[in-house]
This record gives sequence, structure tokens and C-alpha cells, in this order.
Amino acid sequence: MSATSSATGIGASVRRKEDLRFITGRGQYTDDVNRPGQGYAFFVRSPHAHANIRKIDSTAAAKMPGVLAILTGDDIAADKVGGLICGWMIHSKDGSPMKAGAHPALAQGKVRYVGDHVAVVIAESLAEARDAAEKVEVDYDVLPAVVDMNAATKKGAPVIHDVADNNTVYNWHLGDKAATDAAFAKAKHVTKLDIVNNRLVPNPMETRAAVGDYEPGTESFTLYTTSQNPHVARLVISAFIGVAPENKLRVIAPDVGGGFGSKIFIYAEEVVCVWAAKKVGRPVKWTADRTEAFLCDAHGRDHLTRAELAIDESGRITGLRVHTLANLGAYLSTFSSSVPTYLYAPLLSGQYDIPAIYAEVDGIYTNTAPVDAYRGAGRPEATYVVERLVEVAARETGVDPAKFRQKNFITKFPHQTPVIMAYDAGNYDASLQKALEMADYKNIGKRKAESERHGKLRGIGISAYIEACGIAPSAAVGSLGAGVGLWESAEVRVNPIGTVEILTGSHSHGQGHETTFAQLVSDRLGIPLDAVSIVHGDTDKVQMGMGTYGSRSGAVGMSAIVKALEKIEAKAKKVAGFCMEASDKDIEFKDGKFTVRGTDKSMDFGAVALQAYIAHKFNGQELEPGLKESAFWDPTNFTFPAGVHICEVEIDPETGITHIERWSAVDDFGNVINPMIVEGQVHGGIAQGIGQAMCENAVYDAKGQLVTASFMDYCMPRADDLPSYQVGMTQTPCPSNPLGIKGCGEAGAIAAPPALINAITDALGTENVPMPATPQAVWRLAQKSITRKAAQ
Amino acid sequence: MYAFNYSRAETGRKAVNLISKNEDAKFLAGGQTLLPTMKQRLASPGALIDLSGAADLKGIEMKGRNLVIGAMTRHFDVATSELVKEKIPALADLAGMIGDPAVRNRGTMGGSVANNDPAADYPSACLALNATIITNKRKIPADEFFTGLFETALEEGELITKISFPVPNKAAYEKFRNPASRYAIVGVFVAKKGKDVRVAVTGAGSNGVFRPSNFEAALTAKFHVKSLEGVSAKAEGLNSDIHADAAYRAHLIGVMARRAVAKANAK
Repeated sequence: MSATSSATGIGASVRRKEDLRFITGRGQYTDDVNRPGQGYAFFVRSPHAHANIRKIDSTAAAKMPGVLAILTGDDIAADKVGGLICGWMIHSKDGSPMKAGAHPALAQGKVRYVGDHVAVVIAESLAEARDAAEKVEVDYDVLPAVVDMNAATKKGAPVIHDVADNNTVYNWHLGDKAATDAAFAKAKHVTKLDIVNNRLVPNPMETRAAVGDYEPGTESFTLYTTSQNPHVARLVISAFIGVAPENKLRVIAPDVGGGFGSKIFIYAEEVVCVWAAKKVGRPVKWTADRTEAFLCDAHGRDHLTRAELAIDESGRITGLRVHTLANLGAYLSTFSSSVPTYLYAPLLSGQYDIPAIYAEVDGIYTNTAPVDAYRGAGRPEATYVVERLVEVAARETGVDPAKFRQKNFITKFPHQTPVIMAYDAGNYDASLQKALEMADYKNIGKRKAESERHGKLRGIGISAYIEACGIAPSAAVGSLGAGVGLWESAEVRVNPIGTVEILTGSHSHGQGHETTFAQLVSDRLGIPLDAVSIVHGDTDKVQMGMGTYGSRSGAVGMSAIVKALEKIEAKAKKVAGFCMEASDKDIEFKDGKFTVRGTDKSMDFGAVALQAYIAHKFNGQELEPGLKESAFWDPTNFTFPAGVHICEVEIDPETGITHIERWSAVDDFGNVINPMIVEGQVHGGIAQGIGQAMCENAVYDAKGQLVTASFMDYCMPRADDLPSYQVGMTQTPCPSNPLGIKGCGEAGAIAAPPALINAITDALGTENVPMPATPQAVWRLAQKSITRKAAQ
Repeated sequence: MYAFNYSRAETGRKAVNLISKNEDAKFLAGGQTLLPTMKQRLASPGALIDLSGAADLKGIEMKGRNLVIGAMTRHFDVATSELVKEKIPALADLAGMIGDPAVRNRGTMGGSVANNDPAADYPSACLALNATIITNKRKIPADEFFTGLFETALEEGELITKISFPVPNKAAYEKFRNPASRYAIVGVFVAKKGKDVRVAVTGAGSNGVFRPSNFEAALTAKFHVKSLEGVSAKAEGLNSDIHADAAYRAHLIGVMARRAVAKANAK
């Protein structure tokens, strides 16, 4: 990497190239795609959380104006279209495989949550499809529903899938139980907490959409869809669901307006649109409305955890034990099984040197929407457990929470935790000290006293988080049950005049790849930023790739580009050697120029590219013409971004309103390509973390109806809920990829919840503040706190 | 949204004529509640009679000692009117707290009052200011107008034309917002005119906007925050939902009332 960055190279805060089209309304999203003659799909969805379907009568609906087709589970079964899959196998403690119930794209005999897809009406217009859908008569035999995880596993609970008779998908564990129990037996102090990690609805700005198209002349399908990983969608829809072979199915994910994980998964509506396009003989378009997004997008989080921390006489952590119930919803979504297991428990060591850890996780079916990865995916849940435990343990043992953390930090790298992960690099105390400084931690006592004089309660909370990003190497995730490898691919196509197209398997849906990836290439090849175009999101253009999630596009996706660029450089040196009559070993490449070492003979990058294609200076036996290279990159380890966030709040005990006074974030993302974009990712992540901690909560009633099915009741954080962030960085380069990048997309959402809840508990003098800490909940605890103080 | 017929009335009188010929029709004021409800197919009027072109239903003026506001006056116009800010600043303040800028630029006073959403802001102002709701047929005192959840004294085809507010000596509105919808969980409007003190609470009552008599009695004795010490609302008869149960709402009525009185006295 070049040490000094140019105005557009690595390390420069280049403005995002893609934003011009986004902010001027010129983005091309899936709903902007219109195919000639397209019909519109509207899904008939279950109003019940649990019911058998006795009969579907679409006679009257079929006679409604504009109706092209009404398709049900019988039709999809008759065409032998397979069900949706879960691509990560988890084995229970006893070695038995997880109990995955069938997940048909249109219900076959039974519905299992409100919003479950029962039938689809395809009509000339959306209004006609909706009108006809109201006339589809579904005769339901309503069954008792279960939404509470503890109730779901009790004897006599309604059985959601016959394969899982106690609604348990798996009883999984990780770590050394005997060693951990021994640590607790010897502990001087044990901190215990019951922790709820609340259920969230992802709510990207763009709702999901799909357009299926079929070309009879070539017998080929095209699916336009809101996907974070179009190649994975094609693989699953081809190989597992069987709509079409891969070479006859093109998947295009055009501009995508946010995903946060929810657009990783392969959903029923995509499958139905592409299948129905052939069946109906017309392109089929579907766009979710916001209600469908609430009901049917895979939700996030939803854990109930009993957590314990063992501490010895000297204040060192000696053991950590958790038992988590993870709500997986009514069906296993694409990667759902991995989120509360391998994306969760291996992070339970946090930033701390903990000799013994044991985690048990029970995956539970309930009559609720499927739950899968959502920004952070397992790691926010782990961080919340660890950072709440550590905070409470420090307070219980009378140690300053910052000092307690510092004492227990891992300081030597590499560090093997007892739960799989081998941390490669980091300097946790550096981040802590910088954050304490930014937060003016030492003067918090004065500020608390000042608040108290005004009848307010002030508190401060720390969160020292770690995450594992990249979700690779492939062999490692394969050994843990992943059904796919998690490498990434890149192709570098140099055009004859020296402009460049980068075809990447990563997918940008807000991350700014068109800018950051171009910065890398501009920096490496010494060509202007505008000479680089990033191509992604189309399986016909781009080689197989794995997509964007788990903060992997920088660490894994850009590393693949680096590897392809190295091949380009090597080939170009050969071309330059022929042109300048020198050995390629004597050619130096720097700042976009190929120079014969020790001479003044040089050619710029564009001239060499032209010569590569003209091929006059060498013959085809010596060197292949052209300049195009590809690479598949598989890292040697996960990456481990880490940092410290400190939150300071002031609470109005009369109303329970919590005001965030200050937010100090220090993150170690390794090397950074574009600091502005990274800071933006941190801001957005913290906003989502604050949303989880203070606002957002998906609530089902006892019958399985989603009470919070609109923004009237589901509270999204708004600008005036959020503070002005102070963002700082420390840098320890990641040793497992060529750019030293760790990843930044999820950090804020992982770090924020415990920082905020620790601050609120500090202000209230209580250890039991539930998420989300709504005004009502905080008010109740503030009253208790005031009563308690008065009694003292 | 289902299909419907649409017509536009240039005057209030023409609107009333149009609706009398079509019993399945509804008046469309700012549409901030009706249109989203129709989009969700929860309402399906056969026809809409759009009032937005009826100039006679708009405007703000003083008539004698009363501030009179046309039913089709938008929240934005009330919030920014120099006349409202001079005569009843609390009313301008309230209008500026409704929804968001998009809602305030479309929503109207008459539409809000006719809808009588139990969490709307204007009903509390009408009740506390002892307003008179003027329709094409009659004048209805606010005390008789709001009859229940989304229920009013309006008859079929009756149209609010304007609302007349006696100018108080002091008034203020304080609102505790629902964190999700930003509607009032509890909104308290206090007003003092001569010896008469009126307090109206929106958002909290399970039967809509109401006047808590114990608060009024305490403040009639002396219009001061200290008069409300020990005065509290009962949780019975208040709404409970996932955001705020009845006990919390009862508590917030006290807090918002005290803050409103302090605000009114600070002016």
C-alpha cells in the first residue's frame, strides 16, 4: 500500500460517487424495473398465527377483472418447486442434526405465522390483484399459537413442526462445561444477570421487491431482486429450490436501498415471482408494502439469556457461563441457525482473557416471523451479555468499571479464546484510554452532581466490544456447518485505453463500494478515480461471488481485488518489458508508470494496456494478448474489529425521558480506505444500536398478532433522539488480509446497546433495565431509585 | 385504496349540497387521517368531496373578543399566524407541535376537530379555551361537541365552517409524545380567562378528550404550579397500551399540567 495517499487514493475521504444518482432520484431499484407485459403479484397471507388450511377456493377471485392466475401451494408442489432452505447445519449436544421443518414457498396445508404466504394472485394491475385477493376464500382451522419461548418448550404446547416435537430446533453448546463449572465453584464472586435481547424489525428504507421474467426462446429466467448476494440467491433457487439450472437463471440485484442483513436471505416471494413468470407466461412483479415488511421480513435478535460471570479475589474474570433461548420464529430462514450459535457464542470472550467459557443455546420455534441475521448478527447479542455482565460485576465488586475492564483485557496477541476464536491483533487499552479521554470520564462526578441539582439523574456507561468479521475462511466456516464457502471474487478488466472495470462478488446496498473500491484501484494503478467503474449485482456479468454482510466487503472483497490487481501488474510488466525491450524483472511500476530500472525509459499504464491489446510487440506464443485477470480470495482468519464506546445520559425522573448527552466512540478497524464513509458507517450503526436500546421492539400478542406492525407503534430512532457523535479511531492493522482492513459496518450496532443501558443503569442505580429502555420503563425504575435513595 | 368518486367544492355551501346528494360521500379536508386509512383499505367512502378549494372556509380573524379560525386553515398557518401568536400564543404553539412539517402543511383544524382522534391535539385546545364549533347549521359549545372516541356532535352531512376561540388571559399546552407515532400520550391544555380556569387532557382518556375537575378546582383557587401539589389524576378510565399504561398516563397528566401552568405563567 502506498504510504502517502493522494486526494482520491487509500485514506482519502472521497465523496461518494454513487450519491449523485441516489440523491437526484436516478437510482435504479428493483421497483423501477418494468418488463413489457408484466403482471402484478399480490400475496394472500395468513391472518392467523397457526392454522390448518382446510380448503382454498379461488373460484370467485378468478372471475375478477384483470386476473391472470391464482396459484397456491398445490401448484408449486405439482411443479416440484422445492421449499426454502436453511444453509447452515447445527448439531445438538447429543450429535443429532437440527430439526428443520419444511418451508414451502406457498403454504401446503398449514400456516405458522401471521403473514405466512398462502397464495398469490397475479393480475394486470396491482389494484386488480388486491381486489381479487380479497375474494380468495381460505377455510382455516385455527390452532392455538405459541409466541413465548418458555411456553413453546413446555409439554402440551402447540407443535409448530412435526419434526420438532417440543418446538426445539437444537440444544447446542460450546466450550468446556467441566472447566467452567470448576471456575464457578472456586469463584470469590459470581455476577448473575437475566438478559432480554429484544426482537427487531429491520426496516430498510427500500422494501423488498422482485420481478421474475421468462424468455421462452432461450428457456431462460431472469430475477430482479432486492438482494445483498445475488449469486447466493441464484445458487439456492437453482440447486435447492430447482426453479431452473444456474446457467438458465440470471439474478440481478440493481441498486438496493439498505439491507442490514434482511436482504441476505432467499424469500418465498422471489421464488414465486420467477417460477410464476414461466407458468403465467408474463413477467411478474411484486413490491412489498411496509406492512408486509413488518410481518414478513426476517426479524433480528430475540434472545432470553441467563448469564453468569465468575471473579476471583484479585478481580480477574475466571469463567463465564450462559444459557440462551433463541427465538427462530416459525421457519428456519436462510442463515438463521448460525446466528445464535456460531456467530454468537464464539464472541463471548469479548476483549477479556477468560480461561473458561461454556454456552448453551436452545433454538426455539414459535408462531412468529422467522428470525435471522440483522446488523451484527449474534455479535450484538454476545457483546450485550459480556458488557452488561462486566459492568455489573465491576459495580458489585466495588471497582471502577473502566479499571475492571482494563485489568481483564487481553494484552498478548495472537490470543486463543476458549470458544474457537484466535484473535490476531488489537490494542484494547489504547481504545479505552482514548475513549475515556474523549468522554471526560474523570469529571463525570461533577457532572452528575450538577444534574442532581436540577432534579435530573446522570449516568455513564462503557461498552468494550469485539466482533468477528469477514465470516471466513471457508474451511473454518465449513467445519462449523456452513453450507457454502465464504471467500470473495474479483475480476479486473483493463480496457485498451487504460480505463478499468472491476467486477466484484461483493454487493453495495448503501456501503459506498463504487467509491471505496475505485479508491483502491486508483491508488494501485495510478489512474484517476473516474477511470474505474465498479460492476456488481448481476450474475450474468460478474463471476460467482458471495455478497455483502458481516462487514466483509473491505476485508474479503477488496482483498480479492488486490490479488487480481497483482496479477494485472505482473502481466502488464511483461507487456511493458516487450515494448521497452527489457526483462519484466527489470520493470518497476509506480504511480501509474512502468519504468525500466536504472533508465529513463517508461510507459504509462494506459499505453501498456493499449499494447497488451494491440499485441504487436510480442507474439501469442510468448504472451497472451489482453489484460484481464481474476482472483478468488479466502482469508486465513476472521477479522477482529474492536473498540470502546462511552455513553453519557441524563434522565428526567418525572417523565422517564432519557437524553443522550454525549457519545464517544473509539474504534479499531485496522487500516481505513475512506475515513468519511467509515465514520458514516459508525454513525448509522450507533443509531441502530440506540434504536434497539431505547426505541425499537417487535411485540406479538398471545395470539401471535404483531402489535407493532407499523411505524405508529414500532418506534424507529429519529434524528432528535440521537446525539452528535464524537468518533475517534485507533489502528492495529489486520494481519490476515493484504490491506490490513478489519471491517466497520456493524460495529456501531454492536457497541451501542450495552453502552447506553450501562449508562442508564448507572444513572438509576439499578442493574435491571430492560431493552428497549422506553420512557415508561425508565420512569418506573427512576421512581424506585428515588424511593431507595430517600430511604438511605 | 378502492375506487371512489371525487368532486371539488368551491364553497362550504356547495360542499354541503354535494354531500346531501350522496350519502356514501365524505368530506376531504387535509386528508392526513382519511387518505392513509383509505390506502390501507380500512375506509372505503364511495365519494370524496374535496374542501381544499373552498376559500370561505379558510382564514384567521378577530371577531369581537374572539379569535375565529376557518375550518380549512392548515396547522402551518395557525402555527405561523402573527394574529394567533399575539392573541392565543398557546394555540400557535400547539399547532406547531402537530405531526411533522408535511402533516402541518396539509392537515386542517376542522379536519382534526371533526375526526376527534383521542390522541389529537386540537380537541384539548377547543375544550380548554371553551371554543365554539360553528357549522353550516348551528353553533356547538366545545363541551357538547366531543362525545367519544372519533365521535362528535356533528350530524350526517354537517360541516364545520369555523371555530371561535374566546381569547384567554393565560394559556399553555404541554405534550408528552408517543415515542413511535409522536401523537400525544398525554397532552394537557390549561387556560385562564377571568376567574375561569379550564384544563383539558388529550391522549389519555379512554373516551377521548376530557376535563379533570380536580385540576380545574385547584387552579381556580390560584393559577399556580403549587396549587397542583397533591393533585393527581386517577388511572381508572385512562388508556393502556404498550407505550404507556394507565398509571403512567395518570402520572404524566400531573407532570404535563404542572409544566403547562408554569409555561402559561412564564408568558
